[in-house]
Amino acid sequence: MSSHDNRLVAAVLTLGLLAAPAFAFDFGRPATPGEIKLWDIDVTPDGKGLPVGGGTVAQGKQVFADNCAACHGDNGQGGIKDRLAGGQGTLASSAPVKTVGSFWPYATTLYDYIHRAMPYPTPGSLSTDDTYAVTAYILSLNGIVPLDGKVDQDSLPKIKMPNRDGFVPEPEFDPAKLFRKK
Amino acid sequence: MTSKTQVESPQRPASVSRRGFVGGLSAGVLGAVATEAAAAQTLAEIPDRGPGADLGAHSERSRFVKIDRIPEAAPGKRNVDPSDAINSKTPHQKLVGNITPTDLHYERSHSGVPDIDPAQHRLLIHGMVRKPLVFSVDDLKRMPSVTRVVFIECTGNGWENWKKADPDLTVQNTHGLVSTNEWTGVPLKFLIGLASKEKNSNWMLAEGGDGAGVDRSIPLTDEIVNEAFVAYGQNGEPLRPAHGFPMRLVMPGFEGNLNIKWLRRLKFGTEPWMTRWETARYTQLLANGKARQFQLRMETNSVITQPSGTMQIQPGYNRISGLAWSGHGKIAKVEISTDGAKIWKQAELNQPVLSKAQVRFQMDWVWDGKPTRIVSRSTDEQGNVQPDRQSFIAAMGSNALFHYNAQQTWSIDEAGRVRNVLA
Repeated sequence: MSSHDNRLVAAVLTLGLLAAPAFAFDFGRPATPGEIKLWDIDVTPDGKGLPVGGGTVAQGKQVFADNCAACHGDNGQGGIKDRLAGGQGTLASSAPVKTVGSFWPYATTLYDYIHRAMPYPTPGSLSTDDTYAVTAYILSLNGIVPLDGKVDQDSLPKIKMPNRDGFVPEPEFDPAKLFRKK
Repeated sequence: MTSKTQVESPQRPASVSRRGFVGGLSAGVLGAVATEAAAAQTLAEIPDRGPGADLGAHSERSRFVKIDRIPEAAPGKRNVDPSDAINSKTPHQKLVGNITPTDLHYERSHSGVPDIDPAQHRLLIHGMVRKPLVFSVDDLKRMPSVTRVVFIECTGNGWENWKKADPDLTVQNTHGLVSTNEWTGVPLKFLIGLASKEKNSNWMLAEGGDGAGVDRSIPLTDEIVNEAFVAYGQNGEPLRPAHGFPMRLVMPGFEGNLNIKWLRRLKFGTEPWMTRWETARYTQLLANGKARQFQLRMETNSVITQPSGTMQIQPGYNRISGLAWSGHGKIAKVEISTDGAKIWKQAELNQPVLSKAQVRFQMDWVWDGKPTRIVSRSTDEQGNVQPDRQSFIAAMGSNALFHYNAQQTWSIDEAGRVRNVLA
């Protein structure tokens, strides 16, 4: 940006910030708690955002067969879309296999992603319990949850994924250090 | 590109004087399209003038210009059915100048292109703010705006060449996931002010209204707060649906995936959300099996677009041209080697050179007809130098898949055939 452009931006921003309190009611409208809840779907590693519910591996196997296997293959392998199981121990090889079991650092992300984006044609259409169940099933395919196991809003954040410590933050944007120094 | 493109009198074929170079600019650029027959025509053979077609509501490209993006699926998965495509690449080998035509701006979409009625679209701002707000598209258009030319680059740009170089690739295949447009919208800082963000909130989740609900955590550094904006305009018109209509986040210099399209939610918090996109997807697997995370900035990069993969050149005068860009700021210089990275010469930059935007570079070259390799390397105003492939792979391994910015080498054989090679 030229210095001329910078001045323009600065002028606009100054105007905006000064005007903000007086104009707040002119731009948009307040969001109500009820409508925020409709869209506030994100789940964080500490479990915040997880709805109350749960599901078993056995239930999840059926949910998976009905909704997921067509793209991800039986048992989460060999499908036309992302492989979900296996691959542990391959990340340092010349042909790494990145799956939920070998690569994903947080089990909570699995719930979040299934709920927001899957099944591909009708994202978010699975019930809360079915979403937990299929999450449990995919984790079981990777040996992370036992075959007779289940997950719910309390147990999911406690699962330590095999590759939890497999990530190295880029120093410039390391969450553990950014904004923390004086 | 053909040697029939003459920029000077035949008596001075080897001269690359400054005057001749500048004078020949437009002829040379168009020469890539001109045919040999056209160059031989006398003026008497040029068709007569006459009335043309009716004026239209919008203008189309000439029927003589064939220029398209190409949808692709993944590295090595080309010529796919559009329903299987995950991205669509910009034809840099056919473009001139610094700006990408709107309809040829690359596209990466994770769940197709939603058909959004702007009257039915809202942006929700909530989380650690004192005033959670809902905005319509019209609300945004009434606010103070900024206009800025920036590149947006998919972190997968260059991913064809991590492990091997398919000799039959064009620059569209290798580098078609970066483009530069002019974007207009509302500064993020202004929206943050309206919602009264809490001081201890330093991370923001941006989420799209597509089927995938693509969402990324964005650190609110001074740079990002000062430069990011929510765009509704693209090259002077409303955004195209493929690029986020009716609104998207623009994050100058950062991963394309952070420039959330079809933006519908900004949530403020204190930690990154660890979404699928910033853990399982857009992280770089290193040789030791660890993955680099939050490598959000796009690196210093450049590529020669003319001549480039699958073109054929003739001995004699050739002009080398290409594009350079950096997520760190302005491009300071671009150097070109025509002898396989032994001797480097500085290229000319087409003005204006803008921060975090692509800039075209060019240089005269007289090819002696012997097989060689041509390569460019850029340096940005922060002093970052685009790495050679060997040092780049030594640092990153070959499994990273994203953030490939090694120097791109094109080989030229004795017949003038230009091919993609690793170095």
